[in-house]
Amino acid sequence: MKAATNTFTLAARVLHWLMAAMILAMLFIGVGMVASVSARHEWLLAIHKPLGIAILILAVVRLAVRLRHPPPPLPADLPVLQKLAALASHWLLYFLMLAMPLIGWAMLSAGGYPVMLGASLRLPPIFPTSPVAFAVLRHLHTGFAMLLFLTFLAHMGAALYHGLIRRDGVLSSMTGRR
Amino acid sequence: MYDPVPPDSPARRIGAWALIAAAVGVAAVAFGYVGGWLAPQRLTPDKLIDQFQDNAGTFAGYRRNHAKGVCVTGYFDSNGRAQAYSTAQVFAPGRTPVVGRFAIPGSNPYAPDSSVPIRSMALRFALANGQQWRTGMNSMPVFPVATPQAFFAQLQAQRPDPATGKPDPTKLAAFFAAHPETAAFRAWAKTAKPSASFATESYWSLNAFVFVDASGKRQPVRWRMTPEATDGDAGSTGGADYLAADLAERLTQGPLRWHLQVTLANPGDPTNDATKTWPDDRRTIDAGTLVLERTEPQDSGPCRDINYDPLILPAGIAASDDPLLPARSAAYADSYLRRTSEEAHLPGSAAPSAETKR
Ligand code: HEM
Ligand code: HEM
Ligand code: HEM
Repeated sequence: MKAATNTFTLAARVLHWLMAAMILAMLFIGVGMVASVSARHEWLLAIHKPLGIAILILAVVRLAVRLRHPPPPLPADLPVLQKLAALASHWLLYFLMLAMPLIGWAMLSAGGYPVMLGASLRLPPIFPTSPVAFAVLRHLHTGFAMLLFLTFLAHMGAALYHGLIRRDGVLSSMTGRR
Repeated sequence: MYDPVPPDSPARRIGAWALIAAAVGVAAVAFGYVGGWLAPQRLTPDKLIDQFQDNAGTFAGYRRNHAKGVCVTGYFDSNGRAQAYSTAQVFAPGRTPVVGRFAIPGSNPYAPDSSVPIRSMALRFALANGQQWRTGMNSMPVFPVATPQAFFAQLQAQRPDPATGKPDPTKLAAFFAAHPETAAFRAWAKTAKPSASFATESYWSLNAFVFVDASGKRQPVRWRMTPEATDGDAGSTGGADYLAADLAERLTQGPLRWHLQVTLANPGDPTNDATKTWPDDRRTIDAGTLVLERTEPQDSGPCRDINYDPLILPAGIAASDDPLLPARSAAYADSYLRRTSEEAHLPGSAAPSAETKR
């Protein structure tokens, strides 16, 4: 077993799959709640805010883990363009998982809303109230969410391409199964 | 690193590509369905707000309903009597600052004050612990409909006929025939006259809410603001904008006061139907006095950029199972996003020059 160099560390793998589930759930919760006038709108929003802040905290931990433990190298025979695409999309995903919750928090602050994570748990505002800033951030929250979903689709497609077609060990570097 | 794998048979390769395409495709379709793009029959906040604009035109920067109004500021003076039922800090004895808004329903900010017999009061209580309580109340004891679907159908029925500029009476009649729950509201509307003042009206929450006490006990409630001023008379002193003038005039003589009357439901009273009042004998407590001291125009006043979403609630007050509440919350958010986008002049938002009546 050369697990130490061929796979992500256990911490990285656990964080990856836990956060993959959380972030995907957030994307579906987000688009589902804004398209609903039923009670779903309320209870989904009540999940959306604390779950989003949990993602923010985990993303910071994850970035620290990432900086401390560099990922296993991509296969040497992978074309340069694909390597670049992998690198760029991973950093885009890291950026978006940090930016999305920060924008959510900032836009509620700018809209003058109390940022409630539960019946009485309230976060302080992180942006001065401003309708213009609210509108810009609220649209950014949607735009970045769509970008995140498209990046995820490409990411999942690429992971399966590595696992099913190239069978080069990239997928198993994250699943941990060799 | 890894053991090189033998080259695949073409059939296996095609199978693998099909699997990848299926995985990506299923994820994309599921996302499209949940987001409503692939479920066009679902009632969405967007559709509700589009219908307001369809009916009255688009007035950039203004609320999509209750567009005409004025800001007010003051405070709520709690007497502590509601504390037995709700832990909300606003009910502890003492003052909580309030930014409010009086308005008339309708999407046209230039409509004459006499065009509807209803007035509204919206309030934002800023609690000392940083939590907020926002509420929007109307000057009528019952709402015409009980569900967002019926509200949407009513908006559609009220859409002006392009030929006459007025709603089609046959469509309205068909709507009312299909919605007998509107009867109580229509009976009220028959005798209601547009008041000459905001100050002399009572304002009802209409929707039910739930008070939660220190032991977690839940008590369904409705509330209303009852005025101290009683010199109300119907009809106006003329002009189209007499309400704002009357309010400013009265405030030069001193603050205006209302009492927050909280009605406690008995077990079994409907909490999910704003078309039904509760029996008169239900216990009502006077929770304190709303004191309004100043008024400002809405385009420069502090109420302009507030979304009076009725589900912004402090700990100690919770939503009931009334289906209108989540619909209001979702629709107000959409209206708020549109009007703030117009204030920000974002591309794609309505420009001020588009203030035309269809
Ligand atoms: C990873 C984190 C997050 C993701 C992926 C995410 C995703 C989304 C999505 C997809 C939408 C729907 C956008 C649209 O279609 O217009 C949305 C809306 C929203 N999000 Fe987030 N979000 C995240 C974090 C947060 C956080 C931390 C907050 C607040 C603390 C927040 C507050 C909101 C609000 C208030 C809405 C709009 C609800 C409405 O207008 O009815 N989000 N989010
Ligand atoms: C079905 C879902 C998913 C699969 C199959 C998958 C698979 C993988 C694989 C195989 C890798 C390793 C790539 C390499 O060796 O460099 C990886 C890395 C990564 N994944 Fe995912 N993933 C999924 C969902 C997600 C989601 C939803 C996100 C977050 C938005 C995400 C974020 C990342 C990031 C940031 C990396 C880079 C790790 C690093 O280099 O530090 N993944 N994923
Ligand atoms: C599903 C039903 C309803 C819909 C779709 C709806 C829609 C709207 C919209 C779009 C606004 C403008 C929000 C903004 O831009 O800030 C508004 C304002 C308002 N609505 Fe409703 N409404 C509904 C039911 C009710 C009910 C039951 C009441 C009863 C009390 C009510 C009272 C008010 C008040 C008082 C305002 C004015 C708030 C202000 O002054 O800013 N609405 N409504």
